[in-house]
Amino acid sequence: MSIPLPIVDHPTAARKFVTDDQRSPWHDQALWFVRSKRDKQADTLPEWEYLRSMASAIKTHTIANLGNYLQEFEKNATAQGAVVHWAADAAEHNRIVLQILKEHQTLRIVKSKSMLTEECGLNHFLEDSGIEVVDTDLGERIVQLRGETPSHIVLPAIHIKKEEVGETFHEHLGTDKGASDPKYLTEAARGHLRGKFLSGEVGVTGVNFAIAETGGLVVCTNEGNADLGVSLPRVHIACMGIEKLVPRFRDLAVFTRLLARSATGQPITSYTSHFHGPRDPESELHIVLVDNGRTRLRDSPEFRHALHCIRCGACMNTCPVYRRSGGHSYGATVPGPIGSVLSPTRDPKSYKSLPYACSLCGSCTDVCPVKIPLHHQLLAWRKELVGKGLLPWSKTFSMKAASFMFQRPRLFTFVGKVGRTSLRLLPHWLTHNPMNTWAKTRELPEPPKETFTQWHKRNRT
Amino acid sequence: MKPSTSSRRGVLDRLNSQSVDVPPLPDPDASKLIQFDDPFERFKESLALVGGEVHEIEHPSQATSILNRIEAFSSAQRVASVLPAAVKSTVDLAMVDDPHSLASLDWMVASGEFMIAENGAIWVDGSTLPHRVLIFIAQFLAIVVPRDAIVHNMHEAYDRIGAPKPGFGVFVSGPSKTADIEQSLVLGAHGCRKLQVFVTS
Repeated sequence: MSIPLPIVDHPTAARKFVTDDQRSPWHDQALWFVRSKRDKQADTLPEWEYLRSMASAIKTHTIANLGNYLQEFEKNATAQGAVVHWAADAAEHNRIVLQILKEHQTLRIVKSKSMLTEECGLNHFLEDSGIEVVDTDLGERIVQLRGETPSHIVLPAIHIKKEEVGETFHEHLGTDKGASDPKYLTEAARGHLRGKFLSGEVGVTGVNFAIAETGGLVVCTNEGNADLGVSLPRVHIACMGIEKLVPRFRDLAVFTRLLARSATGQPITSYTSHFHGPRDPESELHIVLVDNGRTRLRDSPEFRHALHCIRCGACMNTCPVYRRSGGHSYGATVPGPIGSVLSPTRDPKSYKSLPYACSLCGSCTDVCPVKIPLHHQLLAWRKELVGKGLLPWSKTFSMKAASFMFQRPRLFTFVGKVGRTSLRLLPHWLTHNPMNTWAKTRELPEPPKETFTQWHKRNRT
Repeated sequence: MKPSTSSRRGVLDRLNSQSVDVPPLPDPDASKLIQFDDPFERFKESLALVGGEVHEIEHPSQATSILNRIEAFSSAQRVASVLPAAVKSTVDLAMVDDPHSLASLDWMVASGEFMIAENGAIWVDGSTLPHRVLIFIAQFLAIVVPRDAIVHNMHEAYDRIGAPKPGFGVFVSGPSKTADIEQSLVLGAHGCRKLQVFVTS
């Protein structure tokens, strides 16, 4: 058994960010800007909804037949000279990667963005074994230098202001003090990372799509960092969750059309690279297939659809809670709506507050390119949590009390009367006492002059 | 390293222990997919949107004179080209064994297989590149592609590639870019700073 995870209380974890009246609205607007770009791109295609339906159907079919497709993928990838590894969990994934690095006496690796390696905690594991790990995606490099984790799966440094990036770069890369021009800072990172690329001994990447029919991999980036990282060294390690598979080469058309449009509002990423086998006979391509809870998730009819996720981040960009509370408040590798569905499957107790970090507005479901019914799943999680007895006493008690009242019409009428009178009479300091957390940032409503029943009697009978 | 087999069996056993009934794989209905009246016009618009520049030429050799008007090219020390008819190489790629020695490459001139109207991407087949890294490590990139080699959308693009050959292939759409600092778009992240596309008739 692994060590129990700390319990994440989303409202507490989000407090600092939400109450920062500079940062929270700024973050909100930055993400809404990305969401608007997504809408513009989606609107350029009359077949957008048709593509979403196809993507959903392809994923549903793939996940149902995942065992067969994984074996087909393994056979074809191996035939092209790749070595396919299987990892049951994060620890095994990390051991496999370390073992490959040790066999090549590697001291320095360059990595491109991979949420899977974040999920597995690969960086710290390798650093503890004395290996220098350089994240090469600009956003990831920024959070790595700051000793943080990504707060968004596509925009890792979306929570950091350019002045803060400037400070970090001044400290680590020697840029001018006080410099905050994104162009200048990006140029400095380009110079710094060029050196790292040239001295990288092994390139590690994530995988956007793997193709069963051909045994190939697709990696999408805008910066070109994955390609630079794996085109110089002789060894490429590609780490992927087993759900990243698509059955046929031509299925990629559906997903490459949806991914970048949904993620950042671009028609396609700058580079969409297809790898079939190692570079040449002297090079190696290792593919690590990772389960880490995915087969268990597949067993659940309720949450199986969450395996459709292609990690575009659109649900985060649109989520009113995520936009205001920031990615770190979720205490999970994947934040936002999809993270709030996935994290409790890993550990319901630790992540029990996440399905409540949601207003059930349904915007995430509307933008999801693979049609995961996200807000329905968040609601379903709440039911599960009640069933598991994981709801706090304050919530279960008030729910039971409300249920008791709603079943007794006379009690309901009485409580209504008391409520309306109290609203009129109670002083502000009493309704807004420190015990009432609900009232912290809210005002109570004006009491109505009459009840609905009274109004109905007057007007409709 | 030889992979162990027990986890493999475990994963497959868990997947095969529960069968799920679902409909077969869908195939796209071509009549529902976007087609442009003038796909090349659309390609030019898409490429401009992603930060690339188009030059229409009649003969590949015109590429050099157009590039010579760009200061970064006329002053370039090291130029690699897989299309000598368009641009002459100053680097003897046949002599390059270790891709690291290409670190100081200023320009790369590559050959594109076809263009995609909907997103301004160009398919570059890795087998045309002596070293894969060439198109990523050069400070500036130019791609030469024939005018009639164009498809409307990604479905047609993958159909056109057919069965991928072992090796590498990449859709390039505009220069390398990032918006990781406060969503400010900066061209030239790690790969090429600018992309010139020469379309030959």
